[in-house]
Amino acid sequence: MAELTLLEAVNDCFHTELERDESVIVMGEDVGRAGGVFRATAGLRDRFGPDRCVDTPLAEAGILGTAVGLCMAGWRPVCEMQYDAFSYPCLDQLITHVGRYRWRTGGAMAFPLTIRMPYGGGVRAPELHDDSPETYYVHTPGVKVAIPSTAADAKGLLAAAIRDPDPVVVLEPKLHYRTLRGHVPEGEYVVPLGRARLAREGSDLTIVAYGSMVPLAERAADELAQEASVEVLDVRTLKPLDEEALLASAGKTGRVVIVQEAPRTCGYAAELAAILAEKAMLDLRGPVLRVTGYDVPYPYWQIEDAYMPSVARVLDAARKLLEF
Amino acid sequence: MAQVLPGERELRRVIGDGEEVPDGEVDGLEDTDLLELHRQLVLLRTYDERSVVYHRQGRIGTYAIFWNHEAMQVGSAYALADKDWIFPSYRESAIGLLRGMPASTILSWWRGHPAGWWNPADWNLGSICVPIGTHVPHAAGLAWGKRLHGEDTCAIVYFGDGATSEGAFHEGANFAGVMRAPLVLFCNNNGWAISTPVEAQTAADTLVDKAVGYGIPGVRVDGADVLAVYEATRGAVARARAGEGPTFIEAVTYRAAPHATADDPSAYIDLARVEEERRGECVGRFEGYLRRLGLLDDERAEAVRAEAADAMRAGIAAAEAEPPADVSLLFDRTFADPPASFAIELAELRRIREGERG
Repeated sequence: MAELTLLEAVNDCFHTELERDESVIVMGEDVGRAGGVFRATAGLRDRFGPDRCVDTPLAEAGILGTAVGLCMAGWRPVCEMQYDAFSYPCLDQLITHVGRYRWRTGGAMAFPLTIRMPYGGGVRAPELHDDSPETYYVHTPGVKVAIPSTAADAKGLLAAAIRDPDPVVVLEPKLHYRTLRGHVPEGEYVVPLGRARLAREGSDLTIVAYGSMVPLAERAADELAQEASVEVLDVRTLKPLDEEALLASAGKTGRVVIVQEAPRTCGYAAELAAILAEKAMLDLRGPVLRVTGYDVPYPYWQIEDAYMPSVARVLDAARKLLEF
Repeated sequence: MAQVLPGERELRRVIGDGEEVPDGEVDGLEDTDLLELHRQLVLLRTYDERSVVYHRQGRIGTYAIFWNHEAMQVGSAYALADKDWIFPSYRESAIGLLRGMPASTILSWWRGHPAGWWNPADWNLGSICVPIGTHVPHAAGLAWGKRLHGEDTCAIVYFGDGATSEGAFHEGANFAGVMRAPLVLFCNNNGWAISTPVEAQTAADTLVDKAVGYGIPGVRVDGADVLAVYEATRGAVARARAGEGPTFIEAVTYRAAPHATADDPSAYIDLARVEEERRGECVGRFEGYLRRLGLLDDERAEAVRAEAADAMRAGIAAAEAEPPADVSLLFDRTFADPPASFAIELAELRRIREGERG
C-alpha cells in the first residue's frame, strides 16, 4: 500500500494497465513527450514507446473519432482531453458515434474506449479550464461516467474504465490532483463501476457528492458534528448509478443535501433529487436540497470562490433541512 | 518522404466518347474484370432505381438516391482487397452489395428495421454514416490501428463535397496524414450538398487542392468513368500498402437526381445540366465502351439486368418477411452489461403495452 497523490495514482494505474494489456493505447495532446500537462501519463512513452502513448494532433474530435476506428482495429484507446472545457469538440463524436456504435452493430461490436480529463474549478486558472461538464456525458446514451474523489478510487475506477467493454468517461478532480493523498493498493487494482462509497456514516442527514465536492462535504460534516450525525455518500459512478446505496442512505437519515459544482439547472443533482422524489418519498423528513454552482459561465478566478459550493453554503442547506 | 505535389487539376479519364475522344485502357484489367465491373454497376443501378420505386410504394422510408454515382463506388471498391475496410456515407448505403451483402440487409436499414444493422467485422464495412463527414476519423483510426498491428490492410472512406467543409473531415484527414494511415479519402464531388453548390462550400478552385494542406497527394478523376476511378484508387491503395500514407481522390460528377426521396431539386438545380448529365450517365458510358470492345451485346446486357432485378425482388421480399422488431431491442444492444434499470423499464413497458392491447 503506497501513499500517493491522486495524480500519482492515475499515473500508477496507467503503468499497471499498459503492462497488463498490450492492446491499451494512451492518446491525447501532449501525453507523450511531456507526459501530459499535469504529468498524468509521465513515463509511459519511454516505457511503452510512442505507438502506445501517442502525442496526437490538437484535435479533440479527431482524437475521439480515431479512437472509434482504433477500437474497430482491436485496440483499447484511452483518450485524454487536456481540460474539461476543451472536451466540448469531442461531444460531436461522443453523441453521434461513441455512445451509439455498439447498438448500431446489433451489439456485435465492442467499443472499449476510455475518455479521461481533469475537471472542475478552484485552481485559479484562465477561462475554460474550470468546467464541470459531467451532465453532458451522463446524458449521452451508451456512455458510462465515473468521478473519483480519492487517490485509490482514481486508480481503481480508471482501471475499471479501461477494462470495461463499453465507453467510459472518467472525470478527475484537478483541484485535488496534488493536494490530496491517500493509500493506494499496489499492482492491479480495480474499483467496480456502479458502486457508491460511504465516505462517512451518520444517522441524521446525508450529504451526497462526487469528485472534488466529497472532501468539502466531509468538512461540512465535521463542522456539524456537534449538531447532527452526518453521512457522506460518494457516488463515484454517475452512470450506472448505485441507486440502492442512495436509497439506503436516504432511508436511514431521511434528509438529503446534494452538492454539485456544475451549474444548477438539469445538473446531476437534479437527477438524484428526482430519483429520491420517485422512490424515497415516504422516507424523507424534508425537501431534498441542492447546493450547486450557478447558471452562469464559470467566473473569473478572482470571484470563483463565490461560485463554487462552499462549506458555508453546505452548512446553510444542512441546517435548513435539520430545522425543517 | 516523397515530395508532395499540388493536387491535379485535370480530370483523369479512360473511357472515350466513341467519336472524337478515343478509348483508353487500364493495364492489368482482363475482359473478365471489365464484365464484373459491368455486373456491379448494373447491380447498384438496379438497387437505386428499385429503391425509389419501393419508397413511392411505401415499402422503404426516406431514401438517399445515388443514381449516376455507381461508377465512383464500383470503380473504387474494385481496387480493394476483401480485407480492406470501407466506411460509407449514406450515399454509399448499398456498397455492401459489392461484397456479397444481401440486398435485404440494406433494404431493412432503409426500412428502419434492426435486421439492417450489421456487424462491421463481418464485411469489413463500417455502419452507414448519417451525420456528414464524422466517419472520416473512424476510417483514419482503423487504418492507423491496422498499421500499428503491422497488417497491410487499408481503408477507404467516402464522403461528399459538402463534407469537406466539416471539421470532422479536416481532423480525420489531418490525423491520417500525421499517422501515415493507409487510407483513401474518396470525395464524391457531385456539385451539390442538398441545394448548396460546391462554389458555396469553398473558395478553393478544386477540392483536391485541400490535399496539399495535409501533406498528401491528390488525384482528380471523372466520377462517371469507372475505369478512371478504378485506376486512381488502385494507385492510392498501392501507396497505402507501401506505407506511404493516405491519398485524396476527388471524383467529379454532377448530381442528376434529387438528394433524397424527400427532396425536389427543381427549385435550385440547373435542369439543362441535369439532362446533359443523364445523357452521359456512367452505366451507359461503360456499356458503350464494352460494346465498342465487342464484350457486350443486347442479350448479355439484358441477362445482367435480369439477374440484378431478381436480386432486388428477393431482397425486398426477404426484408418484408422480417418479423417485427421486439421492444427488448430498445434496451439490449446499447451496453455489454445493461444497467439494472433497463430490465425494470422493459418489464414496465411490456406490462403497459399488453394492457393497451387487452
